[in-house]
Amino acid sequence: MQPKYTPPELLVRLKSVPPIDQIGTHERILKIQSRSLKGPAKLHGLRLALSMIDLTTLEGKDTPSKVRQLCYKAQHLHGLSPELPTVAAVCVYPTMVGVAKKALANSSIKVAAVSTAFPSGQAPFEVKKLDTLYALEHGADEIDMVISRGHFLAGEYNYVFDEIAAIKALCGSARLKVIFETGELDSLDQVRRISDLAIAAGADFIKTSTGKIQPAATFPVVLTMLGAIKDHFDKTGQMIGMKPAGGISSAKIALQHLLLVKEVLGEAWLTNEWYRFGASSLANDLLMQYQKQLTGKYQSTAYFSID
Amino acid sequence: MEILKTYKLYIGGQFPRTESGRSYQIQSESGQAIANACLGSKKDIRNAVQAARKAQAGWAAKSAFNRSQIIYRIAEMLETRKGQFIEELVLLGHSNPAAVAEVQSSIDRCIYYAGWADKYQALSSSVNPVSSPHFNFSVPEPMGVIGVVACQETALIGFISQILPLIVGGNSVVVIANTKQPLSAVTFAEVLASSDVPGGVVNILTGKVAEMLPTLAGHMDVNALSLAKIEDHLFRNAQEAAIDNLKRCQLYSLNYINPKNQGLHFITDFQEIKTTWHPIEQVASGIGGY
Repeated sequence: MQPKYTPPELLVRLKSVPPIDQIGTHERILKIQSRSLKGPAKLHGLRLALSMIDLTTLEGKDTPSKVRQLCYKAQHLHGLSPELPTVAAVCVYPTMVGVAKKALANSSIKVAAVSTAFPSGQAPFEVKKLDTLYALEHGADEIDMVISRGHFLAGEYNYVFDEIAAIKALCGSARLKVIFETGELDSLDQVRRISDLAIAAGADFIKTSTGKIQPAATFPVVLTMLGAIKDHFDKTGQMIGMKPAGGISSAKIALQHLLLVKEVLGEAWLTNEWYRFGASSLANDLLMQYQKQLTGKYQSTAYFSID
Repeated sequence: MEILKTYKLYIGGQFPRTESGRSYQIQSESGQAIANACLGSKKDIRNAVQAARKAQAGWAAKSAFNRSQIIYRIAEMLETRKGQFIEELVLLGHSNPAAVAEVQSSIDRCIYYAGWADKYQALSSSVNPVSSPHFNFSVPEPMGVIGVVACQETALIGFISQILPLIVGGNSVVVIANTKQPLSAVTFAEVLASSDVPGGVVNILTGKVAEMLPTLAGHMDVNALSLAKIEDHLFRNAQEAAIDNLKRCQLYSLNYINPKNQGLHFITDFQEIKTTWHPIEQVASGIGGY
């Protein structure tokens, strides 16, 4: 059985989270989206976004070779631009952590493992615990756990809280990212509620989605989560990281996310210590846009590596 | 007051306005305003190339017979809208007989190229003699996305004569239409939209060649250029911009009304030849064969 952590007053507080103004949220996003980065600011933004990527492969068909190749790409984004940063982390299933760890031994790139019966989270707590311990034993620097959406939607907030707190207790120095799968949570109020809950339970990062379900990291969801991080910071002075994941496939969208985080949370979050993109195809689009800025010519996927 | 129609762009099977929000006036020969057209920009080129790339593989994968049917269908749709094309040409200052002749030739050309769809491959392929036990053969394959500057002297026939051989061969195209007389090109887009040609195979932009060609010529995802007669320095600049991905640049200066200016080589100008070496197994003591 999982241990009990939930403070009773939290359950009371969660019942009355601040309601989210949906119309206001959309209007604020439209304002951000109407802005356009140009020239040096765009180049800076593209480099920054590249350094924030958790380069991800989460497929049933993943093999050690595929993971090694991904790790190579994580370290060498583009042969013609050695000035580029590396990505922040490589994100894989627990079984691939050992391979990734070895492949990245000579770099500062972190290895993140998805955990707790990713992506569904439908497993007994004991299994989730073993899943997490396995990843940690093989050297995972970061754990991306999924919440039990079924329990959350059924209103069993104490169950979800205890689960997050228990996994956090296992993590030790590894950073814990908590995945909400917002595409299954129906309303922005729910997103705000789970954000508050996860932060209270000890999440180091809050993350939108598994990438397996649409919609994923939509702007309204991300803005709502950033709002929860901001309120927590204003109250306690503690920073919480943010990781939108799923559906961020173009440089344009990534840059808009950076504008959003800068507006809501400020400069302090504009580093890969506090902000990450979970993505697989985003890196290539950022690289293509980077080359476009340098050469003035629109690029072709034919000249960029597939994986 | 007369309301002038604003002709829009044709990108990915849709009719968007230009991303730049600009437009310009189309005038008849006598200087009278007859319509507005979109003044396309770099970003329209970007969007059009993206649409063309997305559509190309699926278009090339259709059977030759099906591509033939679809191009024949263009001719049929052109036939039903003949009146409108003639009217627009007359509005631009063509005499009625000249307009009728140009539209009729355009329909004929569609049918002509529709016929080539399942023949050009056979006629431009070969089995090559080699001195090793290999079956060695060469076949044409489409180059991919082709950038086109349409004939700036004719409104319809040049445009049609340039793009048909490209799409018959399985390419997709991004066309910069005749700047002064873009009406027929945009009306032709309306024909395409109703004739089974998948969206994105033909993309049509209106505006200034000098503004859009450098972007098109430099675009790394465009595989070749088909250019009608343009000013020398524009052609030179396009050739230079095309160097980075080694685009083939074809410059055509032809009178397309003349039926001599149609033919197989207009198709093969935008094909790459792929040669395959297939080993021939020696079975028992028999002589190798295939």
